[in-house]
Amino acid sequence: MIHVEGLTKYYGQRAAIRDLTFNIEKGEVIGFLGLNGAGKSTTLKVLGCVLLPTSGKVVIDGFDVSKDPHEIRKRIGFLPDTPPLYEEMTVEGYLGFVAELRGVAKADVPARVADAMKKTALSERSGDVIATLSHGFRQRVGLAQALVHNPRLLILDEPTGGLDPVQIVEMRELIRKLKGEHTVLLSSHFLTEISQICDRFLVIQQGEIIAGGSEEELSRKLGGAGTVELELKGVAQKAIDALKPVAGVTDVTVVKLDGERVSLKVEAGAEVRPALVRALVAAGIDVLRVDRAATRLESIFLKLTHGKEAA
Amino acid sequence: MRNVMLIARRELAAYLRTMSGYVIIAVMLFIDGLLFNAFAVPGTAKKSSEVLADFFTMTSGITMVGAVFLSMRLIAEERQTGTISLLYSSPLHDVEIVLGKFLAALGFLFVFFASTLYMPALVAAYGKVSLGHVFSGYFGLTLVGAASLAIGAFGSSLTRSQVVAAVLSGVMCLALTTCWLLTKVTDRPLTEIVTQLAWWGHFDAFRTGLVHVKHVTYFALVTFLALFAATRVLEARRWR
Repeated sequence: MIHVEGLTKYYGQRAAIRDLTFNIEKGEVIGFLGLNGAGKSTTLKVLGCVLLPTSGKVVIDGFDVSKDPHEIRKRIGFLPDTPPLYEEMTVEGYLGFVAELRGVAKADVPARVADAMKKTALSERSGDVIATLSHGFRQRVGLAQALVHNPRLLILDEPTGGLDPVQIVEMRELIRKLKGEHTVLLSSHFLTEISQICDRFLVIQQGEIIAGGSEEELSRKLGGAGTVELELKGVAQKAIDALKPVAGVTDVTVVKLDGERVSLKVEAGAEVRPALVRALVAAGIDVLRVDRAATRLESIFLKLTHGKEAA
Repeated sequence: MRNVMLIARRELAAYLRTMSGYVIIAVMLFIDGLLFNAFAVPGTAKKSSEVLADFFTMTSGITMVGAVFLSMRLIAEERQTGTISLLYSSPLHDVEIVLGKFLAALGFLFVFFASTLYMPALVAAYGKVSLGHVFSGYFGLTLVGAASLAIGAFGSSLTRSQVVAAVLSGVMCLALTTCWLLTKVTDRPLTEIVTQLAWWGHFDAFRTGLVHVKHVTYFALVTFLALFAATRVLEARRWR
């Protein structure tokens, strides 16, 4: 679906991205990770045909960005970090305008707009003037404009930026529902937020891709940065003795003791949660909660970026 | 053409839905009415055609200034609010963006022209007015408006600040209006070039009821060059 080779973009004398090479298959959901200024937005703008590359090759759906940008623009939906909204328009009017702008036949516009509003849960607010909407709804309108023409590729630059926790969950669910229908490329520096949506990640730092793969693959490459949190009912030592022999487990520590309730932290290189539960049940210990630590992807990301900076 | 009309329709609706456009036109009308009352009507006995010519002179100046204010938002605002990304990522040519916006602003300027019709009507009520003179004057005003809006669109494409855009466009329009002053300090052939460049020399015929191809060509050329420059600036921004 997307083939990028040697992509470089200069702003004046400064290279925002340098020699990027990657491929994205149809139907994948890819997360672009990077700190502020790493080059995520520039990459997405080039893929969205907003900016032209200084050098390199970008082919989307068989069309070259430099030679056939119009063909690509028909096939993509782009949500920049600030949703491009005309404040004085109503939600429905705005989406209708965008649909026509993206080449939807006039007769099909009402159906496409209704579908986009349904997918983004905006139907109730169709007549509202955009200026009166909350930040969360504005972000939804931004997402709706990106998919109103039913594009094959959705490019979402920090779709959860500035949202409150409830809105983040809602936005994540909206994007999750789009999986399968579209190839999705999204960026964020709230890493834990997109770990649940993406099939694969590309980590970008100082304009270069420094790592790529699934969360597990990235974790393995770094020699295991995963952490599992467990909450049990039983004796702490007995649980530790049961967990330590499990393959992949590198360390087990007690986080909290509250009567019979024990909280443990297990360090492991790969997915060990099923094996941990089996070991505990076999040892006669009740398992109350099993979670991947929320900071797992965060720690992978920090290791990667710090490693790069140190180098 | 479909895309041009689509953008023009949205842009015109934006002028009609927001206060800024109305405020600019209201101020233009107020000043035009004051000037008409203060300078065109009173004084020594004048022919109707002279009053009408004075009216067109004053209205052309107001049209130029108003057009600069109307056009300052055209592209600068899109960059300021980030909506330019929507246009850039849609299957549009840059020239379609510029033309659509220009036509919308020109359409809104016609609201101003229509609102000034009561002044020639007053002259007609108390004197004798030739329809050809009125047509020629308004045609000239349309050309002045189009050229000013095009320069405004160019100024607006250069910056994301609407104030800076208005200043840049104002300076360009002022330069074309006042460059005839240079004829006093220049020799041939420069004097001839500056004379041909000067805005006023070309509008003078329209205000007195004459339509000359060379004057129409002048304003059409200024409009074309400014719109072309605005388009090139938009194209260049994709490379930055």
